[in-house]
Amino acid sequence: MEHLSFHFDGVPSVPPAAKSVIVGVVASGNLEVLVEPMPAEGACNVEIDTASQGFGPIWEAVLRDFFERHPVGDVRISINDAGATPATVSLRLHQAIESFTERR
Amino acid sequence: MRTYYEATARKRIEGIVDADTFRELLPPTERTVSPHLKVLDLPVAFDDGVIIGSARLQGQRILIGAQEGGFMGGAVGEVHGAKLVGVLERAIRHRADGVVLLLESGGVRLQEANAGLIAVSEVIRAILAARAAGMPVIGAIGGQYGCFGGMSIAAACCTHLVMSEEGRLGLSGPEVIETARGVEEFDSRDRALVWRTTGGKHRYLLGDCDALVEDNLEAFRDAIAQAVRAGERFSLETVEREHAMLERRLERFGTAPDAADIWRMLGFPEAERLQVLPAHELVALAGVHRTVPSPVES
Amino acid sequence: MQWQQAAKALFPQGHDIVEEGSLLRGSGPCGDVVFAVIGSTHHTEVGVELALDMAAEVLRTVREHPGRPILFLIDTEGQRLRRRDELLGINRYMAHLAKCVEIARTHRHRVLGLVYDQALSGGFIPNAMMADLCAALPDAQIRVMNLPAMARVTRIPLERLQVLALDSPVFAPGAENFVRMGAIDAIWEGDLAARLGQALARADPHDHRRELGEARGGRALAASIVRRVIDAAASE
Repeated sequence: MEHLSFHFDGVPSVPPAAKSVIVGVVASGNLEVLVEPMPAEGACNVEIDTASQGFGPIWEAVLRDFFERHPVGDVRISINDAGATPATVSLRLHQAIESFTERR
Repeated sequence: MRTYYEATARKRIEGIVDADTFRELLPPTERTVSPHLKVLDLPVAFDDGVIIGSARLQGQRILIGAQEGGFMGGAVGEVHGAKLVGVLERAIRHRADGVVLLLESGGVRLQEANAGLIAVSEVIRAILAARAAGMPVIGAIGGQYGCFGGMSIAAACCTHLVMSEEGRLGLSGPEVIETARGVEEFDSRDRALVWRTTGGKHRYLLGDCDALVEDNLEAFRDAIAQAVRAGERFSLETVEREHAMLERRLERFGTAPDAADIWRMLGFPEAERLQVLPAHELVALAGVHRTVPSPVES
Repeated sequence: MQWQQAAKALFPQGHDIVEEGSLLRGSGPCGDVVFAVIGSTHHTEVGVELALDMAAEVLRTVREHPGRPILFLIDTEGQRLRRRDELLGINRYMAHLAKCVEIARTHRHRVLGLVYDQALSGGFIPNAMMADLCAALPDAQIRVMNLPAMARVTRIPLERLQVLALDSPVFAPGAENFVRMGAIDAIWEGDLAARLGQALARADPHDHRRELGEARGGRALAASIVRRVIDAAASE
């Protein structure tokens, strides 16, 4: 297992979301994404535990790309990953953020 | 119609309970993950593969637990088992109308060997203690991982068990038996044989599940809600009736080589036809042929 | 240990326990209390017949000897691994035995378990693991699976598991590990009749295993998680 953490500046959320959201399952080739509101001056913090070693730069690229297209802020994102592909990661992030912002 | 078979545990809860009534206990935000998987450097899940909480089911106040087969095959470790025990004991404390367990599990989580075995036995005791306190405990099986190992004992300890044709139930899985005794004993790749031996229709005809439903969330919901309303009757008399039924079963079918032979003896001569019958047609036909305990007068 | 030896030490005043196939049944006095004894022997696999026979003995005890304490004497290789038992619904037979134990408990029978030789997974769940209190003899083997098998199934290197097993009771076989985790109340040495009497005096119908595991430091989480679930504020 490898632990990764990333910090993105994000955009301040107005108003802040009230409820956390979880999507996905920690099954082989899949992951779970937990999104929680967390006041952090607009920042977005991501913590990842992944079964695949040495993919830090790819995670960073996938996350950066995702947040450019879907700006969020004041969130904490926690991921348990069992070897998902970047496409699956993007899909789950999308589902999680969509559901999170719906509940705002 | 939404499939139960393919839904995740969360989607199953959402699809079964009344809208916006589910309140999760120890939600993922509390990160009650397995310390033992961490030690083994294996992936953890924030809910340890089981989602528990309170909800309304067609107005009735229930506690619910749903195992997620996608995470380690729904296998039971220390945290996972304790969450199920907690929900069963909470139901008694809060005088709920019933407990609903959406079961999907390979049994003991081998990575937590001893802790898993103890946890499964604690879940079974908690189910029976709840029933002894008058609390109906309704089990449901219809996911792709089935319900095996010690959790199959837990399933059979429930007041009422709902299955779909796709659901599978057995103590030792076909692969386990094949590994131990050889392919002549049980060919785990013979899908028809596996289905005939462990599948929902055989379990229904034998009387080991109480309701056979189509694979959709609405059908599971209605059958579960009805069972909660029916309440609990667990007594020396009901267990003695069950004993007599299990004795008769052994006398009648103890030497039957295959499920098809048992079905023939039950009055279903055409095994092939049985396999394609929709659940509701099979239930209508099964009627008096199923082997169930004789009722106890209330 | 042979069951005859164990039975002699448990019931020095004599007993009428008999062996029928792999089933043990009978009774024996402990002080002025008579125990119903139900058990298994010859490292047997528990199949549908044995589960049903044990259940019959529990039910007979409840009907014929109200309140008589029950002692399960266990030696098993686990559940019987046969397609035929699966076909007949072996899980239902195991569950039925567990239900009979629960019914005995609700009818004020104290239920004790003693692993006198070996106990594996499924053969152990519906009897002694349903008891109010379960003990083991010093040479008893208790396991889910041995470490080499666990290494194969989980694909975790054996050496790694062996190292982890030094500090944690979770992974490796052994009655001592089950003591630390609270599933086995104690290892009985010395005067077995005295131990049986003391256990009967202490046994009660509540499942204390998780609290024992917590107190003994072998199972840190189960008890606190159950408490948290029970005590969580209702947010309806």
